[in-house]
Amino acid sequence: MALALALDGMRAEGTDLNSSHDARNILWVQDKAAIRLSGRPYRPGFPPELRARLIHVAAKTPEDALFALEEGLRCRDLAFVIGEITGNPKALGFTVSRRLSVAAEKHGVPLFLIRLDARRDLSSARMRWQMHSTASPPSCWNAAAPGTASWRAELFRARAYRQGEWILRDDGKHLAAHSPAAAQKDHGDLADASGDGSLAQKSNSA
Amino acid sequence: MAIWLTRLAMDRWHKNQTAPEHGAAKEGAETHPLALITETAHGPRIDAVNASACAIGVQPKMLLADARGLCPHLRTAPSDPLGDLAFLENLAVWARRWGPWSALDPPDGVLVDVTEVAHLFGGEKAMLEEAQTVLGRQGLATRLAIAPTAGAAWALAHFGPERAVLRAEDDGAQRLSTLPVAALRLDPDILLLLRRLGLKRIGNLYDIGRDTLQRRFRTHRAPAANPLVRLDQLLGRVPEPLLPVAVTHAPLVQRRLMEPLRHRSLLDRVVEDLAEDMARELEGRGEGARRLELGLWRVDGEAVIRQLEMAAATRDPAHIIRLFGRKLDDVDAGFGIELVRLRAPWCEILPLSQADFEAAAENYGTGLAACIDRLTVRLGKHAVRRPDPHASHLPERAQTWRAPLDKAVLQEEFGFHARPLKLLDRPEEIAVLYATPDGLPRRFRWRGAVHEILRVEGPERIAPEWWRERSSARLRDYYRIEDGEGRRYWIYRHGVMGDGRGQDRQGSAPQWFLQGLFA
Repeated sequence: MALALALDGMRAEGTDLNSSHDARNILWVQDKAAIRLSGRPYRPGFPPELRARLIHVAAKTPEDALFALEEGLRCRDLAFVIGEITGNPKALGFTVSRRLSVAAEKHGVPLFLIRLDARRDLSSARMRWQMHSTASPPSCWNAAAPGTASWRAELFRARAYRQGEWILRDDGKHLAAHSPAAAQKDHGDLADASGDGSLAQKSNSA
Repeated sequence: MAIWLTRLAMDRWHKNQTAPEHGAAKEGAETHPLALITETAHGPRIDAVNASACAIGVQPKMLLADARGLCPHLRTAPSDPLGDLAFLENLAVWARRWGPWSALDPPDGVLVDVTEVAHLFGGEKAMLEEAQTVLGRQGLATRLAIAPTAGAAWALAHFGPERAVLRAEDDGAQRLSTLPVAALRLDPDILLLLRRLGLKRIGNLYDIGRDTLQRRFRTHRAPAANPLVRLDQLLGRVPEPLLPVAVTHAPLVQRRLMEPLRHRSLLDRVVEDLAEDMARELEGRGEGARRLELGLWRVDGEAVIRQLEMAAATRDPAHIIRLFGRKLDDVDAGFGIELVRLRAPWCEILPLSQADFEAAAENYGTGLAACIDRLTVRLGKHAVRRPDPHASHLPERAQTWRAPLDKAVLQEEFGFHARPLKLLDRPEEIAVLYATPDGLPRRFRWRGAVHEILRVEGPERIAPEWWRERSSARLRDYYRIEDGEGRRYWIYRHGVMGDGRGQDRQGSAPQWFLQGLFA
C-alpha cells in the first residue's frame, strides 16, 4: 500500500513538471516512521527529469517534518514539496494543516502531503484523496510482467470539485483517469485538476 | 629553489642574544662552545651546537652529560623548536620575494617556486647569490639550490655543491647519481636498511633496477618510506604536491560589554549588532561566510562556543541572526556574559548582490540556500541531503547521499532496467512460497501479511562487487512483482541453489528479501 501513495504525489506533479521545463528542486520530507515503513526515495527509480532535483529531508519527529514542510513552502526555489507523515500525530492538527495550506497558496508552492496508515481527520487541504493501488493493465511486451502502475483514487473532499472515484494511470506523458465502472475512456485528464499550482493536496490511506 | 638553513636554531639564538647589545658580544659567543638543549626523560639532550663546539666533537642528539665529558666548559641554553617553526613560517612568507608561492620544509627548510622567475634577478646563479647574501645579512647560514623538482632542489641544497643549479634540459639523473641516498628524504630506518643492503649512492639504485625496488618496498606506501617513489619524485616522474604557505585573516568582530549580560533578549541584541558588523566586514572583502563561530565569554571564567555552517556563502545579517537564534537556546549565562565575539573561519567569494532581507523573504519566499540552512540548523547536517549517483551496479550502492548544494560528481549515470521508487534502508527478509527453489515466487509473507503474487518479471541477476566483497558473497536474483491488489515490490533471492556459499553449505534453501517498493 505504502508505495502506491508515495507515487501519487509524484504522478500528479510529474505531469505538471514535464510541461514547465524549469530546473527548480523538489523537497521530499519524511518522518522517521515513514522511512521505516516505506523506505527512502531511490534515485535510479525516479523519472529521469526529476532525478537530479531531489532534496530529501529525514526528520526524526512529525513536528520536525512539519517544520521542514513549512520552510520548504516558503522557499521560492522549489517546484513542489512532498511530505510523508505516518499515522495521525498530535502535531498535525487542523491549525497546522491550515498553516500549511495558507503558506502553499501564498508562495505558490504545491504541497502533496501523504498520510501513511492514517485515519481521515480534520484537514484544511484543498483536495483530499484516498489512494489504493489496483491491478495494472497487462504490459504489451510481456503478459506476465507488471504493467504501468495504476491507482484507484477517491476524491473524498475538495472545495471546487465534485467527489468521485477514478482509476489513475501514468502513461509516461500524463496521468490518465478512467471511470472505474467501465473500461470506457473518460475524458478526465487529471492534469487540469491538479495543475493549478497553489492547491494543497492530501491523500489518506487506510 | 630550496633554501636550507643549516644552523637555524643556533642562528636564531644568536640573533635573539645579540639584538639588545647590537652585535657587540657576537664574536665572543661564536668562539665559545655552546649547545642548545631540551630536557628529555634521560636527562638533557643536545639539539644544536655552534661551530666551535662542533670542532671539539660535540654532536647534536648527544646527551649533555656525554658532551660535558668532551668539553667541560660547554655553555648551554634551552632550545625553542616551536619558535623556530614560527620563524620559518615568517621566512617562508618573506621568501616569496623570489617567487609566487612558497612551502615549508620543516624543520629547517623553505621551498620557493621560482618557475619562470629567475630572469628577473639576472639568472639562476645571480638569484642564488642574492638570496644567500640577503639571508646572510640576517645572520642565517644557508645552502641553496635550484632544480626542476622540489626533491632535486632539496637534495642539491643538502648534499650537492654550493649554490647548485640544475636546469630542466640537464641530465638530472646523471647529475644526482653521485649524491648519497640520504638525499632522497627517507626515514632513518629505511636509510639504515639501504645502507645494510650496500646502497650508498642514488646511482646504486639505478643499477639494481626498478623491479627489484618495487618488490622490496611494495608494502611501504608512504613516500618517505619508499625509495622508488622518492626517486620518481626526484626526477619528476610522479607529482609531489606541496602545501603552500598562505596568509589569511579570519574576519572577526567582537563586543566587550560594560555590564555582563544575563538575559536572552539582550544577548540577541548583541548578536544582531555583531552580525551587522560582520556583514559590513565581509562586504568590504567581497566575501561571504560559510562557517561562523560565536564565542561567549562568561564572567566566571568559562567560554561557550557555538558553530554554524552554511550551505552557501552568505553575509545576510538577518539570516545569520535567525540561524544563531536556535543555537543560543541552551546557553547558560551563569553570572553573565562579558565578551561576545563572532568569527568567520571559512569564507568564500561572494560578489555584491541585492540583499535578501527577512521582509523580502516574507513576501517573495526564501532562497534555496537560506531554506537549506534553516533546515540543517534545526534538523542536523545529516538530515538534509541529496541522492547522487554512484558508480556501482549494486542497488543499495548505486546512490550516495551528499550535501544538498554540492555539485554532482558523476556526469553519467548507469542505465538500469527498472528500479523501484523507494528502497528500504535495509532489505527485509520475507518468507516465499515457490514451485521450485530457483523458479518464480508464488506467494510471500511480509510484515505479517500474506501477498499473492499475480505478475512476475525476472529474474534480473545482480552479482556482488567482486572487487570489494569476499568471494563468499552471493549473487542476487531480483524479481519485479505485483500482488493481488496491484501493489508492486522488488524482491530478491539471496544466492542460487547449489552455489556452495553462505547458507547453501548448511543445505538450507536460499533466503528471500524485499528491498524496494515500486511506484
